[in-house]
Amino acid sequence: MQKKAITNWGNYPVIDATESSFQTVDQLRVQLYRNKASIARGMGRCYGDAALSEHIISTLDCNNFISFDTANGIIDCQAGVTLDNILQVVVPEGWFLPVTPGTRYITVGGAVASDVHGKNHHVDGTFGEHVIDMDVMIGDGSLITCSSTEHSDLFQATCGGMGLTGIITRVKFALKPVESCYINEKKIKAKNLDEIFDLFQQYKHVTYSVAWIDCLKGGSNFGRSILMLGEHAKKSELPAKLAAAPLRLPQQANLNFPFYLPGFVLNKLSIKAFNEVFYRKQIAKEKQSIIPYTPFFYPLDAVQNWNRMYGRRGFVQYQMAFPLSVSKEALIKLLDKIRRKGFGSFLAVLKLFGEQDSLISFPMEGYTLALDFPVRNGLFEFLDELDKLVDEYGGRIYMSKDARMSKELLHKSYPHIDTFWSIVEKYNPDNKLASLQSARLFTHKIKSNQPCQIY
Amino acid sequence: MPDILILGASSGIAAACAHKYAANGYTVWLAGRNRALLQTQASDLAIRYKAQAHVLFFDAVDYESHKAFVDSLSFVPDVVLLAFGYLGDQTLAERDWQESERIIGSNYTGAVSIVNQLAILLEKNNKGVIAGISSVAGLRGKKNNYIYGSAKAGFTTYLSGLRNKLAKTGVHVLTILPGFVDTKMTEGMKLSKPLTAQPEAVADDIYNAISKKKNVIYTKSLWRYIMFVISNIPEPIYKKLSLG
Ligand SMILES: Cc1cc2nc3c(=O)[nH]c(=O)nc-3n(C[C@H](O)[C@H](O)[C@H](O)COP(=O)(O)OP(=O)(O)OC[C@H]3O[C@@H](n4cnc5c(N)ncnc54)[C@H](O)[C@@H]3O)c2cc1C
Ligand SMILES: NC(=O)c1ccc[n+]([C@@H]2O[C@H](COP(=O)([O-])OP(=O)(O)OC[C@H]3O[C@@H](n4cnc5c(N)ncnc54)[C@H](OP(=O)(O)O)[C@@H]3O)[C@@H](O)[C@H]2O)c1
Repeated sequence: MQKKAITNWGNYPVIDATESSFQTVDQLRVQLYRNKASIARGMGRCYGDAALSEHIISTLDCNNFISFDTANGIIDCQAGVTLDNILQVVVPEGWFLPVTPGTRYITVGGAVASDVHGKNHHVDGTFGEHVIDMDVMIGDGSLITCSSTEHSDLFQATCGGMGLTGIITRVKFALKPVESCYINEKKIKAKNLDEIFDLFQQYKHVTYSVAWIDCLKGGSNFGRSILMLGEHAKKSELPAKLAAAPLRLPQQANLNFPFYLPGFVLNKLSIKAFNEVFYRKQIAKEKQSIIPYTPFFYPLDAVQNWNRMYGRRGFVQYQMAFPLSVSKEALIKLLDKIRRKGFGSFLAVLKLFGEQDSLISFPMEGYTLALDFPVRNGLFEFLDELDKLVDEYGGRIYMSKDARMSKELLHKSYPHIDTFWSIVEKYNPDNKLASLQSARLFTHKIKSNQPCQIY
Repeated sequence: MPDILILGASSGIAAACAHKYAANGYTVWLAGRNRALLQTQASDLAIRYKAQAHVLFFDAVDYESHKAFVDSLSFVPDVVLLAFGYLGDQTLAERDWQESERIIGSNYTGAVSIVNQLAILLEKNNKGVIAGISSVAGLRGKKNNYIYGSAKAGFTTYLSGLRNKLAKTGVHVLTILPGFVDTKMTEGMKLSKPLTAQPEAVADDIYNAISKKKNVIYTKSLWRYIMFVISNIPEPIYKKLSLG
């Protein structure tokens, strides 16, 4: 097998690796046996180094639907089916994903392995909470069906376990009923951080909420934001034109970002200008509208390959969460550092998480902020500084977006990390499943370290 | 509803074609060796497109079975797609006759055997399209796959002769010449990105070519020009070249 350059969504890091794919569990087993260390990869929408390894097993050819119970909203499918595929099948029948991240171009396997959260985390929790059962091929090639009651340790460590327990081949999960494919959206402008925090609290009962925040603004407008709220629109709320076919999505054209922008285009000035336009576009304090679910959940999916905007050196996404009680203080410090540094981010997304009781998943009750940083000199040192703040305030970093956090921070900030690792060792004793990320975050625990050429 | 019979239906290109035809209202008959996999694919098509999809057992190198296979069909296909094929291991095949035979059987002999039978059926009913996936590898021999290439060359020639024979009937024959396609067959090979097609794009090309009753298509279409150049290199020069 010849190696090729493979990278995830952030285009950083890029590695040289072999890749194979499978359609059946028998083929998968052969590949597990044949290779020293492998990791599963779905759509590669994690930003950093989680889905990279010496050998990569793509799940994209394992992509069949197995069953769809349209009466009860239960879908059973193979791990490489994408959320986009699922929406196309289930929405016309009046069902929706229980939880969705900000892109629909991810696989079901990836949704479980990162235990993804959506704008409804405070109401519906993470993706894993809606999984009924799933099949996982563990290190020795056996296929185990697990659920919250059957092989529950494997189940818990696989939800959010970044592929380290085994390769998920099939997932059965519960959908949520909807009357239409539209969202009743309300946007509210907040002129500063205090106001946006208040708004999040005030609108806690709304199913979907997320805010876009301008990281570069100082002074009295520090933390100005736009809060975006939404509920699935009821049929009775739709204008007559749409109510005729409430579950049929209107056609939309996709744009493509055709090439890598040279790094210098995204400087402080251009980001400031972008943010200014975004904020000013909305004149009124509040704006309500009925929009298809696509622009509400997936605004970035409308521009294919938007990640190229950050240039060839790529970018890292930095997403952290803080405990509720200290969130505001911590975010003020963090945003202040970012503003001073001027390393700002095109998009910064702020969200209030609800409670989360799981083994290794990222969310915790409190606020989470996600920022993009183009790779440039001095960036990694700067992120290390931000890590100190995260550590100081008891926060943590989302592994699915990470490409550089230290193992020390991981082990301090995920309270059940040792239990997690002991389950990994039980099902994957020889570290057959290992990624560049796991080699970085668990070096001290791994017997054989799998080096991989990064360039 | 029109019927499409896909032989070698677990192939990457075939699977993409199955989606395309299912989405366009065809009843899809998936034929191949791996029954369990094909069954999963059939359920998938039913869920995604509310399509009718069925599985048939078919082994291209079990020549004896081909007549019975065709006789047992409960329908007369509107489209037959031959997608089975085997690249094999050239180096091994040079020494091991079994490997050579597998390559020849899976790409040529098996195709001749089954198409002979299907052509009789379609001609009798005076309808249908026979679409065969051959390869640009059949247009000129190359040191790293000439056993496969020569089998595909045989298949291409067979298809053109059959097209000629059936020209005055209602049966149409399409020769599909893919360049590189990103499937299991090419997994682990370092292929030039701009020359490599995704199976979905190949399926679109095949679908369009069948609807427009094209005779021969290249996919990606720029392979027509590449192969024109390659075919016209004088032999004394060509034999010294090392083509990827
Ligand atoms: C624009 C954008 C917006 C996003 N928004 C959000 C968001 O709102 N919330 C959120 O939580 N995430 C978000 N993400 C992150 C994304 O949802 C996760 O990274 C997700 O895991 C990606 O799925 P994937 O199929 O691309 O998996 P990959 O990126 O290929 O893999 C991600 C991880 O899952 C593992 N994995 C994948 N498939 C399997 C399998 N079959 N078995 C075992 N392990 C497997 C991999 O080993 C790797 O560790 C966003 C990403 C993008 C690009
Ligand atoms: N990929 C390329 O770059 C490329 C280029 C030019 C031409 N082609 C041709 O395109 C066609 C489809 O190939 P692909 O790229 O989609 O490759 P693929 O995914 O490897 O599919 C090959 C298929 O052929 C089937 N097959 C092999 N021997 C068989 C037999 N004796 N009986 C029944 N089925 C048999 C295999 O079935 P099992 O699942 O049972 O093994 C497999 O599904 C082939 O004819 C190939 O030669 C491919």
